[in-house]
Amino acid sequence: MADDNNQDQQEKDVSRRKFLRNSGIAVGGLAVGGVVGSLIPWGTTDNDRNQVKNQTANQKGKNYNHALMYLTKAEFQTVEAATERIFPKDDRGPGAKDLGVPYYIDHQLAGSYGFNARDYMEPPFYHGEKVQGYQGRLKRREIFRIGLRELDNQSQQKHKKKFKDLTDEQMDKMLQGFEGDKIKLSTVSPSGFFELLRSMTLEGLYSDPLYGGNINMDAWRMRNYPGDQMGYMDVIEKDFQKIEPSSLRDHM
Amino acid sequence: MAKKMPKTDVVIVGVGWGGGIIASELTKKGLQVVGLEKGEERHTEDYYMVHDELRYAVRKELMQDLSKETLTFRSNEKMRALPMRQYGSFLLGEGLGGAGVHWNGQAFRFLPYDFEIRSKTIDRYGKDKIPADMTIQDWGITYDELEPYFDQFEKMAGISGEENPLGGKRSDKYPTGPMKHSKQMDLFKKATENLKYHPYTIPSANLSENYTNPDGIARSACQYCSFCERFGCEYGAKADPVVTVIPVANKTGKFDLRTHSWVRRIVHKGGKATGVLYTDTTTGEEIEQPADIVVVTSYVFNNVKLLLNSKVGRPYDPATGNGVIGKNYAYQVIKGAATGFFKDQEFNNFAGAGALGMAIDDFNGDNFDHSDLNFIHGGYLALTQPGARPIENNPIPKGSPTWGADFKKNSLEYVNKTLSVGAMGASMPYKHHYLDLDPTYKDTFGDPLIRMTFDFEDQDSELAKFTASKASEILKEMGADQIDSMDELGPYDITTYQSTHNTGGVIMGADPDSSAVNNYSQMWDMDNVFVVGASAFAHNSGYNPTGTVGAMAYRASEGILKYNKNGGMLV
Ligand SMILES: Cc1cc2nc3c(=O)[nH]c(=O)nc-3n(C[C@H](O)[C@H](O)[C@H](O)COP(=O)(O)OP(=O)(O)OC[C@H]3O[C@@H](n4cnc5c(N)ncnc54)[C@H](O)[C@@H]3O)c2cc1C
Ligand code: SF4
Repeated sequence: MADDNNQDQQEKDVSRRKFLRNSGIAVGGLAVGGVVGSLIPWGTTDNDRNQVKNQTANQKGKNYNHALMYLTKAEFQTVEAATERIFPKDDRGPGAKDLGVPYYIDHQLAGSYGFNARDYMEPPFYHGEKVQGYQGRLKRREIFRIGLRELDNQSQQKHKKKFKDLTDEQMDKMLQGFEGDKIKLSTVSPSGFFELLRSMTLEGLYSDPLYGGNINMDAWRMRNYPGDQMGYMDVIEKDFQKIEPSSLRDHM
Repeated sequence: MAKKMPKTDVVIVGVGWGGGIIASELTKKGLQVVGLEKGEERHTEDYYMVHDELRYAVRKELMQDLSKETLTFRSNEKMRALPMRQYGSFLLGEGLGGAGVHWNGQAFRFLPYDFEIRSKTIDRYGKDKIPADMTIQDWGITYDELEPYFDQFEKMAGISGEENPLGGKRSDKYPTGPMKHSKQMDLFKKATENLKYHPYTIPSANLSENYTNPDGIARSACQYCSFCERFGCEYGAKADPVVTVIPVANKTGKFDLRTHSWVRRIVHKGGKATGVLYTDTTTGEEIEQPADIVVVTSYVFNNVKLLLNSKVGRPYDPATGNGVIGKNYAYQVIKGAATGFFKDQEFNNFAGAGALGMAIDDFNGDNFDHSDLNFIHGGYLALTQPGARPIENNPIPKGSPTWGADFKKNSLEYVNKTLSVGAMGASMPYKHHYLDLDPTYKDTFGDPLIRMTFDFEDQDSELAKFTASKASEILKEMGADQIDSMDELGPYDITTYQSTHNTGGVIMGADPDSSAVNNYSQMWDMDNVFVVGASAFAHNSGYNPTGTVGAMAYRASEGILKYNKNGGMLV
């Protein structure tokens, strides 16, 4: 396994050198363009290569990234159940749960996105028109937690069970109720919560695996998305090409 | 008491495309220039981890931090304006290079018709063609007058392209050849030719070949890496101010660039600006920078905000139509588009470049007869290929579920079998579309935010329906098996991305009563203040704005040099 990866790495170094030659960028006197300098940090030195090797060895064991930063274990299970309904496992490949989407969501809620760090959150708060966008005072992590609790409350009321213990059909019905604002809540907007859940599921599926989801780039592979490549100079004029994905980690 | 710096010849507010061009042109001629930029410094090395859709495209890392400054929005005067708390409709640039760092690079010239829109519309269709509250006006400059500056911008940036068969006359060809053609583009080209239209490759600031510009700046060719739009280019292949004009200004030794410098007021006395007041955002210190000439290049919204907060120029009054600062805010109508699904064809939709694509101008400007149509102007129709990123591109047929098993099946099936034809629709100004200061909400330093009053009008709906039907027709000719097209434009909504092509507010014209700046971007009301950018557009054309912003910045530089010598009104 480790050896395989090492070979991968060597192939990448070769292809980078080839890339440099082909693109004709390494010609003299190109002072301003960025690519010449950019090649140095990309795993071309022995030092960098050793670092990559060590990281690979670490990853062979447990994935220490998969632990919770914000959600409780019970909440996490609700997220697993709900995201899997949004993107279920089927014969094309894994679903949200196996792709690590719930970890992605937990980690995002724990960080600046959960705190709306780059949003304008100054008062006064007024109820606005739909075209004016979100006008609430709650932060995403708060909306998310309240939304999860409401999911459970609603399923207790209706089915005397926790959300995660419902049948697939019951879960879908419940989520549709939130999506279409068919249930009334006094806390958060049901459709607002659903939209957050849905958009974060897509993010967790398809963002670079460095964020905790898209494990092993399998979500990219499922849709023939090549991830982070140096470029598509050789591909752009051609018919459809299937390309083995690569990630930002290969840029280290 | 603000700390006072030694006086300089020129101070520039905001160092994006506008500020960068002006800095390079003036310092080359020996003027001492201070550039104040509220964001951080940037280099190409910052982009080695840039192929990250989540961080840059979804979370918008390179854009303005809205927690410190945003704007407020209402559809009309009856509504309470509320802050744009999160990004949606457009993305504001911040930091060295401004939005020029994360633009796509589609670099068009506006049409001759645009600059004389009012006269030309009346000449061809009569006065009644223009609705009573539509405030279109001529720009006080013609395409022919602006042409040399377009040429200058294109040579500086190394724009790659081929002549637009329906565009204005060119004095020279593009400095570099057109971009490579993908299968999708070939399909569009063939279909539009069959329909007797006039396709051409979109002019691109993503270099098609290695290029050295007249300033001696050498850059490498685009790698079609598909992380262009909303990202910085790690190759320096995309023309942005950081790899083109700013190094030229730096080399002269005459450019004093200060980042983390947030300009809050133009200081003036007796009808002349004496400099600007800014806050060092790292220390909170207030600093005065005296200057002979003040150049405002801080994008549409801040250009208007700064003038209004500084009490420079006459604020626009929508009730009477008098005053000019804030007048004629306009936008873009890009929802008149269609999407085609191809059963048996698969494309490399993941690959691309910010400005890769083919366009036709057969339905742009006044290139077609509007006698029987309920709108004026139009837009280019195009197939563009910036590279479809997976979080934000999950095409599914209209009406099919947006989550669950069927969503998964459809989105995986269609991802590389879907092509869209879009339109860059022009936006006309109205008496009741404008920018002013918000009475309630403030930025991080306590200054009032800018307030936008804007909605789509009948003109926009008609135009969108028209371009959507043309887009469908092209997709049909391209062989799509199923076509979904926009059928109703709906109201303007600040939550969904449309384009960062905001225009107006400090418009250019020949008459001081109805415009804020003359055709050198010099303010009628304060001759040593120049306001440069798309804020000068009296309406928005059916194109992306930056080619025209660049041309105007070159012309403004020439004007500033003249003013520096002789003073007075340049026109
Ligand atoms: C994702 C995206 C894609 C785009 N693609 C295209 C395209 O393909 N073609 C096209 O023509 N256009 C495109 N644009 C638009 C293009 O980026 C702008 O037209 C262009 O950058 C405007 O240049 P500017 O110099 O006027 O403003 P900016 O580039 O926005 O620069 C303004 C600068 O002023 C600074 N500033 C603001 N306020 C202050 C203050 N108070 N004090 C100090 N500094 C301040 C900002 O930080 C910023 O750096 C795109 C924009 C975006 C966001
Ligand atoms: S597509 Fe080309 S111009 Fe754009 S970022 Fe990639 S290499 Fe640079």
